[in-house]
Amino acid sequence: MKRYYDPFMMISIISCVSVLLFILIPLIQMLLAPSWEMITESIRDPDIQRAIGLSLYTSGMAALIAFIIGTPFAYLLARKTFFGKRVVEGIIDLPIVIPHPVIGIAILGIVGKQHWLGAFLHSMGVRLMGTISGIVIVLTFVGMPFYINTVKNGFEAIPVRLEHVSRSLGASFRSTFFRITLPLAFRSIIVGFIMCFARAISEFGAVVVVAYHPMTAPVLIYERFTAYGLKYSQPIAVLLILVSLMLFVALRLISKKDMNI
Amino acid sequence: MIQIHNLCIQLSEFSLKNINIHIKEHEFFVLLGPTGSGKTLLVESIAGLTPITSGKIIIKGQDMTHAPPEKRKVGIVYQDYALFPHMTVMENIQYGLAYHTHGPDDLQRIQDLMTKTGIIKLSHRKIKHLSGGEKQRIALIRALAVNPSVVLLDEPLSSLDPGFRDDIQNLLKMLHKNTGTTFLMVTHNFAEAFFLGERGAILNQGVLEQCSPVDALFSSPQTPFVARFVGFKNIFRAQIKNNLAKTNHFELEIPPPILPDVDQICFRGEDIQVFSTRPNSNQRNTLYGKIQNIIDRGPYFDLSINVNNTLIHVSMTKSELINNAYCVEKEIYLVIPNQAIHTLAADKTYVENEFPNLGNT
Repeated sequence: MKRYYDPFMMISIISCVSVLLFILIPLIQMLLAPSWEMITESIRDPDIQRAIGLSLYTSGMAALIAFIIGTPFAYLLARKTFFGKRVVEGIIDLPIVIPHPVIGIAILGIVGKQHWLGAFLHSMGVRLMGTISGIVIVLTFVGMPFYINTVKNGFEAIPVRLEHVSRSLGASFRSTFFRITLPLAFRSIIVGFIMCFARAISEFGAVVVVAYHPMTAPVLIYERFTAYGLKYSQPIAVLLILVSLMLFVALRLISKKDMNI
Repeated sequence: MIQIHNLCIQLSEFSLKNINIHIKEHEFFVLLGPTGSGKTLLVESIAGLTPITSGKIIIKGQDMTHAPPEKRKVGIVYQDYALFPHMTVMENIQYGLAYHTHGPDDLQRIQDLMTKTGIIKLSHRKIKHLSGGEKQRIALIRALAVNPSVVLLDEPLSSLDPGFRDDIQNLLKMLHKNTGTTFLMVTHNFAEAFFLGERGAILNQGVLEQCSPVDALFSSPQTPFVARFVGFKNIFRAQIKNNLAKTNHFELEIPPPILPDVDQICFRGEDIQVFSTRPNSNQRNTLYGKIQNIIDRGPYFDLSINVNNTLIHVSMTKSELINNAYCVEKEIYLVIPNQAIHTLAADKTYVENEFPNLGNT
């Protein structure tokens, strides 16, 4: 008997293959384009080393800040219903939808001496324009929604009854959070961290407005591209992808625990 | 033991209204009611997991109305077990000990409970590899491990297979007897309530309808809702005077004493005696009717009898139906023993036409 293929399933398979090719072809082309000599030369280039190192450092710091500030916030959003919650959730998502250079301009607007916040930071000796701190602030701004949304979903997936039982057994709210909720949300927290880190490491538009120097990897790629052309920007991009990939795989392996909630 | 005084909880779409319940020490109390009646909300308010709007909750003589859950010494067991999935069986059971002073005696007591319930051999197993029955045993032992004043059970048997359900029922009975702990169990299963409960209450849409010994809940309902809920299929408005209840369709003699403000009567379908021919003429409460419908319910049959243009519902066994050749349109006589008739107080929520009125009233 002739095997029957559902037309919709065929369309789904075709669309799946098309999307995969759409994503993979340019990336594979970019990965294969630079010669081995160019890659090794790039690894030895101190500017490239500094830029990739700075990207990893600032993105890691942004993800860390997101973890510290975003985790209790995500918990609140997951567990409580309050007036204006939808508005708060909408505000969290704003950095995702705003064009990236606009984010940079918005941050510049408040760190200048004309703004009270900028004036206050200046009086405290904090400079954001053209500094690593400025880059971290920008990357936290763009990465925070990815962390909060992921971790919020993780907290929501933990039955509130586990916390109820813990409380009834004598654990305080804090004990319950650290012994029950946080361990069970560990995987979501790692995924949120990765999401925030990934979003931050790829940021160019907002960073270039606030801090062209010191150069992060995306800014250096852009500079090499405009100054020397495609051939000289590709090896840095390949290195950035490889370093990020190794980091993500390592974090995924750490988080690979089956909690079976 | 637990005294609930005028408890009110106002949520956006539901409210518990003026609940008054007193649960005695060592008692097994059951809380019955349909889905969405507020049973779980009441239990969680006793555990301190839901803020209350007004009223008081007193546990062991102490006002716990606004005490945090961890200060109440109230254990809770849910139908979905709520075991901590990242811990072993032993870690789950010993979880609460970190927050209570305990000695070797307590550890020995827990060990004994684990042995009696057959979970000692599972001590080092992860939760995901256990059956529903095993999980529920662990949840029970975990709640009892910290020696709570009361254990709240929120439908602990409803997600179990029938075999496990019987096991856990027996286990609950045994634990209640051996530990002397007060139990409050939410259920909508009458068999469980009968088997385990000493006293009970029935909730309906956030209102306490009746609170009495469990057998009285089923045999002597006080409101039309309770009567319907516990299986009284025949409820009629009636004028009640001098031990005589007069409905629009028939008259029945009812047993004394007659309480004031009663305006309805009810009786169970299975309490009605059915005859093919007119029974002894001295027999009281005899009604003549015609079988209008027969429904096969598996273990028994439901017959709808048209008596003076209203329906009376009768339940009988298959053998009784076959032996007497009862069939639709057959004319029969019903005898309703007056001890089977209960009077009910007025209730605005009662909707008479749930029992079809055939007109001519």
